[in-house]
Amino acid sequence: MDILITGLLLGGTYALIAMGLNLQYGMARIMNLANGEMLVAGGFGAFWLWTAGQTSPLLSVFLVAPIAFALNWGIYRVMLQPLVRRARSRGQLETDAILATFGLSFIGVGLMLAVFGGDYFSYSYLARPIQLAGDTYALNRVASFIAAVILCGLLYAWLNHSRAGMSIRAIAIAPQSAALVGINVTALAALAFALGGAITAVGGALISTYLTLDASTGVVFTLKALIIVIMGGVGDVRGTIIAALLLGVVETFVATLIDPGLTLAAAYALFVAILLFRPQGLFGKAPA
Amino acid sequence: MTGTEYRNLALFALAIAVVALLPLSGSGYWLSIGVTIAMFTVLATSWALFSGPTHYISLATAAFFGIGTYVTGLGFETLPFWSLIAIAGVIGAVLAALVGLATLRLSGVYFVIFTLGLAELVRQIITWAQNRSGQKGLYVLTDIDEAGIYWMLLALAVAVWLTGWLIGRSRLGFALRIIGDDETVARHSGINTARAKVLLFMVPGAVAAMTGAILAPRYVYIEPALAFTPMLSFQVVIMALLGGAGRLWGPLLGVIPFTLLWEQISSTFPNQTTLLLGVAFLIIVYVLPRGFVGLIEDARKGWSRREGYA
Repeated sequence: MDILITGLLLGGTYALIAMGLNLQYGMARIMNLANGEMLVAGGFGAFWLWTAGQTSPLLSVFLVAPIAFALNWGIYRVMLQPLVRRARSRGQLETDAILATFGLSFIGVGLMLAVFGGDYFSYSYLARPIQLAGDTYALNRVASFIAAVILCGLLYAWLNHSRAGMSIRAIAIAPQSAALVGINVTALAALAFALGGAITAVGGALISTYLTLDASTGVVFTLKALIIVIMGGVGDVRGTIIAALLLGVVETFVATLIDPGLTLAAAYALFVAILLFRPQGLFGKAPA
Repeated sequence: MTGTEYRNLALFALAIAVVALLPLSGSGYWLSIGVTIAMFTVLATSWALFSGPTHYISLATAAFFGIGTYVTGLGFETLPFWSLIAIAGVIGAVLAALVGLATLRLSGVYFVIFTLGLAELVRQIITWAQNRSGQKGLYVLTDIDEAGIYWMLLALAVAVWLTGWLIGRSRLGFALRIIGDDETVARHSGINTARAKVLLFMVPGAVAAMTGAILAPRYVYIEPALAFTPMLSFQVVIMALLGGAGRLWGPLLGVIPFTLLWEQISSTFPNQTTLLLGVAFLIIVYVLPRGFVGLIEDARKGWSRREGYA
């Protein structure tokens, strides 16, 4: 039982991170492999604000998010938009975007190594026990989970009920037709990409309260986020949340019952099962 | 075969013979650079055999390479060395087929993601198995020296080039060129696209595992973190694309300058190698989308046009 709840708590933060990637890949159509570095950068930001000024990570999120938003908007406008323009097919855009964001990811790792060094970093925030349903959990995990749930809820409502959110979903489904009904695809894709980056950075700030990060762990989170997005179905918000919770639970089960070194293997087992049996995602419709 | 093909073959044989003389120069430094260049030539050329025509970016090189080193590490005391290379090749090909069957039927993104984590996955499993059996790493003590490794890699490189040349002339190569141009057209003209891609992916899988098996004696001591270093996959991708994956000899043009640059950077600024990788990726995408091969071909075209007007 406590494994299940720990897994769900972890899955909540995963959901937030994967949601960021889903906005970038599902909506803005950029397979962003530098996503994990944005997460680590968000974690670094929270760490730095905590050690420098004892700012609570739950507050520093409000500083991390706008910075990450601006940074990702700039990246999309300057580096990725030319690729979108020159691509003749979706496949070519994907290859170009993969290579370009790999470049960005390595540059991100290199810069973070130069600034913060190669050490692991962690800090103690809200590391108090809390009683839930008869078992004890760390308060920082619970706090991160609640923050992630609030953010996911806001994002879901925004995508489903605001004009901009619905336009972004229209782009995800049919970019050409979206332009025909008067949606500014370029501007909104940039918005979705920037928002995705900001959400990932916030997820990083939250996850840094209870996980130890270092400059080069980003790729592991990129992989997990990718697996979640594919499992949930590209562009499907509800599927992403459920897939993230599932991954959190499965990982926690494997880590506690078999070996903590096998978490990626657990994620891969899920990934292979999805690829073999439901490549369109958990809730996706089979392609016609 | 035509007259030009005979001439090219003769030139190729001559070049290989000259390059094979390197260990006789007696310089240990250049021999070790030569081994590195030969290793990346084999890896990048076999990588381009698959990724050149299909445009699928494979990041599985490190996984196959690491498996190859472990085959040698586990078996060098009981089996002759040449058989270990063959076993590594077979294991690599089988694993590549399994990975291909799971992912290559679907879109290219799934393949990239899967291969991205493959090395890490195999590393976790081997680490776990080692922890259970209580050993940390393996000693590989053989009487194979750098020159022997160099010659074996050179032979493997020749084999890869010949394989690539034969595939290019075969039905499979023709099918792959159509798939690379337009996969829908390929499927409609009756090509089993998934089968062609899986078959082709087995080539770099087998070759990378064999390379790992050959290089294991160089490391003397192997452990998972060393054998499955993910950097290797990215280096191979950069070298192949920098040279140009569309031609058989293209990757070689990327391997030589990049290896020399890498050696320089990692000996003077050891912490900046990730930055170098990042910048190289961006250069490939924004400046050299077809690699050095594209540059040379453009220059040639410009040259012949100028002559035509004169």
